[in-house]
Amino acid sequence: MMLQTPRQDVPGEAISPAAGTAEKTCYHCGLPCPNDDISIGDKYFCCRGCRMVYEILKASDLCQYYQFSEKPGVSPKEFNAAARFGYLDEESARTQLLEFRDGKTAKVTFLIPEIHCSSCIWLLEKLYQINPAILSSRVNFLRKEVSITYAEEKISLRQVVELLASLGYEPQISLADIHARAKKDSDRSLYLKIGVAGFAFGNIMLLSFPEYLSGGRLEPQFKTFFGYLNILLALPVLLYSSSDYFKSALAGLRHRTINIDVPIALGITALFGRSLYEIFHAGEAGYIDSFVALVFLLLLGKLFQKKTYDRLSFERDYKSYFPVSITRKNGAGEESIPLSQLKVGDRILVRNQEIIPADAVLINGTGWIDYSFVTGEAEPVEKHSGDLLYAGGRQAGSAIEAEAVKEVSQSYLTQLWNNEAFTKHGQGRMAGLVNAAGKYFTLAVIAIALAAGLYWLPRDLNLALNAFTAVLIIACPCALALSAPFTLGNSLRILGRNQFYLKNSAVIESLAKITAIVFDKTGTLTKSHAAAAKFISLNGKAGLSPPEQRLAKSLVRHSTHPLSRRLALALPGEIYDNVAQFREIPGQGIEGTVEGNYLKIGSAQFVAGESAAAAPTAAHVYIALNGRLKGYFQLENRYRPGLTEILAQSRKAYRLALVSGDNESEKAPLQNLFGADTELRFRQSPQDKLEFVKTLQSRGQRVLMIGDGLNDAGALKQSNVGISISEDLNAFSPACDAILEARQFPRLFQFIRFARANIKIILASFAISFLYNLVGFSFAVQGTLSPLISAILMPLSSVSVIVFATGATYLTAQRMGLLGAG
Amino acid sequence: MSVMFILIGASLIVAIGFLIAFLWAVKNGQYDDKYTPSVRMLIDDSTADSSKSQDNS
Repeated sequence: MMLQTPRQDVPGEAISPAAGTAEKTCYHCGLPCPNDDISIGDKYFCCRGCRMVYEILKASDLCQYYQFSEKPGVSPKEFNAAARFGYLDEESARTQLLEFRDGKTAKVTFLIPEIHCSSCIWLLEKLYQINPAILSSRVNFLRKEVSITYAEEKISLRQVVELLASLGYEPQISLADIHARAKKDSDRSLYLKIGVAGFAFGNIMLLSFPEYLSGGRLEPQFKTFFGYLNILLALPVLLYSSSDYFKSALAGLRHRTINIDVPIALGITALFGRSLYEIFHAGEAGYIDSFVALVFLLLLGKLFQKKTYDRLSFERDYKSYFPVSITRKNGAGEESIPLSQLKVGDRILVRNQEIIPADAVLINGTGWIDYSFVTGEAEPVEKHSGDLLYAGGRQAGSAIEAEAVKEVSQSYLTQLWNNEAFTKHGQGRMAGLVNAAGKYFTLAVIAIALAAGLYWLPRDLNLALNAFTAVLIIACPCALALSAPFTLGNSLRILGRNQFYLKNSAVIESLAKITAIVFDKTGTLTKSHAAAAKFISLNGKAGLSPPEQRLAKSLVRHSTHPLSRRLALALPGEIYDNVAQFREIPGQGIEGTVEGNYLKIGSAQFVAGESAAAAPTAAHVYIALNGRLKGYFQLENRYRPGLTEILAQSRKAYRLALVSGDNESEKAPLQNLFGADTELRFRQSPQDKLEFVKTLQSRGQRVLMIGDGLNDAGALKQSNVGISISEDLNAFSPACDAILEARQFPRLFQFIRFARANIKIILASFAISFLYNLVGFSFAVQGTLSPLISAILMPLSSVSVIVFATGATYLTAQRMGLLGAG
Repeated sequence: MSVMFILIGASLIVAIGFLIAFLWAVKNGQYDDKYTPSVRMLIDDSTADSSKSQDNS
C-alpha cells in the first residue's frame, strides 16, 4: 500500500492534470485522482474535500450541478474553520461586511474568484436548498460576486462563509474591496442622464420639424405652443443631464484652469438663454433642438469613453493583499482577530502559505519566507528564531510563531503607502490633450465673440447681441469634446480585447507621451514560476537518464517548496505514483523512495554531506540516487519570451532602466540584454524604486513603470504610467494605471505605438472640427446664423468627427494587427 | 387643427411613461448585470425532483 502523500493537505494546489498517470479523474472537479481510495459507488474523487461537497449536494438533491457543465466543481481548500473565520463573529467585522440588517434578515455580498461556469451560478443560487436559513442568493457572474440574504437568528455570518468555503467557493474577504462598492451608483446616474436627454432630444426634434419643413410658414399659435413645450422638455436636460459640465467647469475655474467643460458650459448657457429670448420675446423657434442634441451627444461620448472592467481593480493597496484576520496566541489558546486589532507585542501564528501581517521577530519554528512579491527576491529566505521577518512575506513550511514589533501600517513595506505619492490624488495627471486645446480654444472664442459684438454694436444693438451669442453657440466645442472620447474609448476596447486593460482613457494619452521605461525584474522580466533546469553532473559522469528524471519529478512533486515546484515543472516525463517514506526537512531538502529507489534531493549539505561552497549565481539543487551523488540542477529564472525584441525595439526610442529588489546574480545577462549604457539597479527597496522614478521625473523624463508586486506599488504610483503585469487576472495586482496579461508582454511596444497613433487621430479630428467651426463662424459673425443652419451644422460636425475617430482607430488597429488577435 | 394639441399631449404622456419605465429599470439595478440573467433563464426551476429520479434510477 502506498503512502498517503502530503499532497493530500492541499488538494486545491492541484497536480496538473497532464502530469497524472491515473486514468480516473475526480467526479467533482475533474483533477486526476491519486488513487482509488476515495469513492462513492462508481464515482471517484481526488480528495476528501471533493467527496464531501458531493455528499452535501446529494443530500440536498442538488446533483443537477454536474449536468450544466463537465466537471464543474472547485476543489475545496482544506480549511481549519474554527481558526480561519473566527473573526467574523466579531461585531466590528459584521458591521463592516453587512450591507443591510434589521435584526431578522441580513444581506451580504462576497467576491468569490472561483465562480467560473453556469454550474457555479446554479449552485450558488440554490443555497437555500442546502441551508434553509439562507433566504436567497444572487450571482453577478462578471463581477464574480454573490449577494446572500439570510435569517440572522438562524445562521451567523461566519456559518454562511463556512458553508460557502465547504462547497469550494471560499469568499475573498478583504476590507479594502468593501469600500470600492460605492461607485456603482455613479454608473447608474450616467444612464439616467442619458435617458432623460435622449427622451427630450427625440421629442424636441419631433416638435421642431414642422418649423423647418414648413419653411417658416407655420401658424403662429403652433409656433408658440411648440416653443413653450420645447422649453419645458429642455429644462430637465439643462438642470439634470448637463449638470456635470457646469460642475466641472466651475471646479476648473476655481482652480484657475480652463478645461474643455468651460466652453461647453458657455455654449450651453448661450444656447439656452438665446432660445429663451427668441421664444418668449421674438416669437421665434429658438435653438432648443441644437441644445438637447448637443447634450445628448456629449453624454453618449462620455458613456462610450467609459469602459470599465468589472473583474479588475486598479486601486488595490496592501490591504487587499494582506489577510483580514490573523491568529493570535493568548496564553495557551489561539484566537482569530481582525488585522486592525494587531498590536505591537502580540504573539502571532503564521501557518503554511499564510502572509506575515506586520514586521515581527521569529520566536518559534523555522521560517522559510517567500518575499518574491514584496521585495523581488526570487528565492525564499531561511529564517531562524530571533530573526526579523518583514510584513508581506509568505511562509512556506510548517507553522511559525512570531512577535509583532511594528504596527501593520508602520512596517517596512506598508510604510510605502504613507509616501506623498499615495496621498496626492492624481492631480495634474488628467491634464489631457483636449483640456489643453480647450484652454486656447476658449480664449479665442471669447475674443472672437467680443470682437463680433463690438463690431456691430455702433450700428445695431440687436445684431451685436445676435452675433455675440451666435459665436458662443457655434463655437461650443461639441465636435472637439467628442473627438477624444470616441478615439480613446474605441482604443480602450481594442486594447482590452488584446488583454491590455487600462484604467481609463487618459492613460492612452500618458502612454503616448512617455520618454523612459523602467522595468522591475522578478515577475516582470522573468516568469515567476516556470524555470529552465539545467542538469550538471559531477565528475564528468553521464547526466540523468529520462527514467531517472521521472523518479526525481515524482519525488519533488510532493514538496510545496518553491524550488521543488519549479523543478517539477521543468522536468519532463510522467510521474510514478509509488512514492513511499517521503520526508521533507525544512530548509534542507526532501527524501523518499520512488519505485524502490531511494532519492535525496536538496542542498549540497543535505545531499552530499559536504559544506557547500556558496554559489549565489543561481539556485542549485543536488540530487543523490540510491546513495550516489549524481550532480545538481541549476535553476535559472527564465525571461519572458519576446523580451529581447522588446528591449531592442524600445532601446532606440526610450531611455531604459531596471530596478530590482533581487541581488546582482543576473546582472551580466541582463546588462547584455539591456545594452551597456542602461542603468541596472539591484537590491532596491520599495522606497528606493519610488525615489528612482522620482529622480528620473525631476530630470524631465516621463516614466512608464512596469512591475508586478507590492514592492513596485510606490514606483507604479509615482510614475506617469504604471503597468502591472499579471499572470492571473483574478490574483492580486497593485494599484496601477493598466493591467497587462503576462502572455501579451511581447506586444507591449506595439501597444505603445498604437497609443501614439491615437494622439495623431485626435489631432486630425480637431482639425475637422475646426473646419466646421470656421464655416459656422462665418455665419455667426455676420449675425446670420439661423436655427436651421445651427441645427444642421452642429450635429453634422459631431457625427463626422465621431465617424472619423472610430473609423480611424479601427483602421489603425487593423494595420497594427490588433483586431484579429482578440 | 386643435386636435393636434390633444394628439401631442397624448404622445407625450406615452413617451413620459416609457421614460419613467426606463428610469425605474436603471434605478432598480436591471442594467447592473447584463450577463448572469442570460444564464439564469436557461436553468429550470423544478430541478429537485428530476435529479432525484435520475440519481435513483
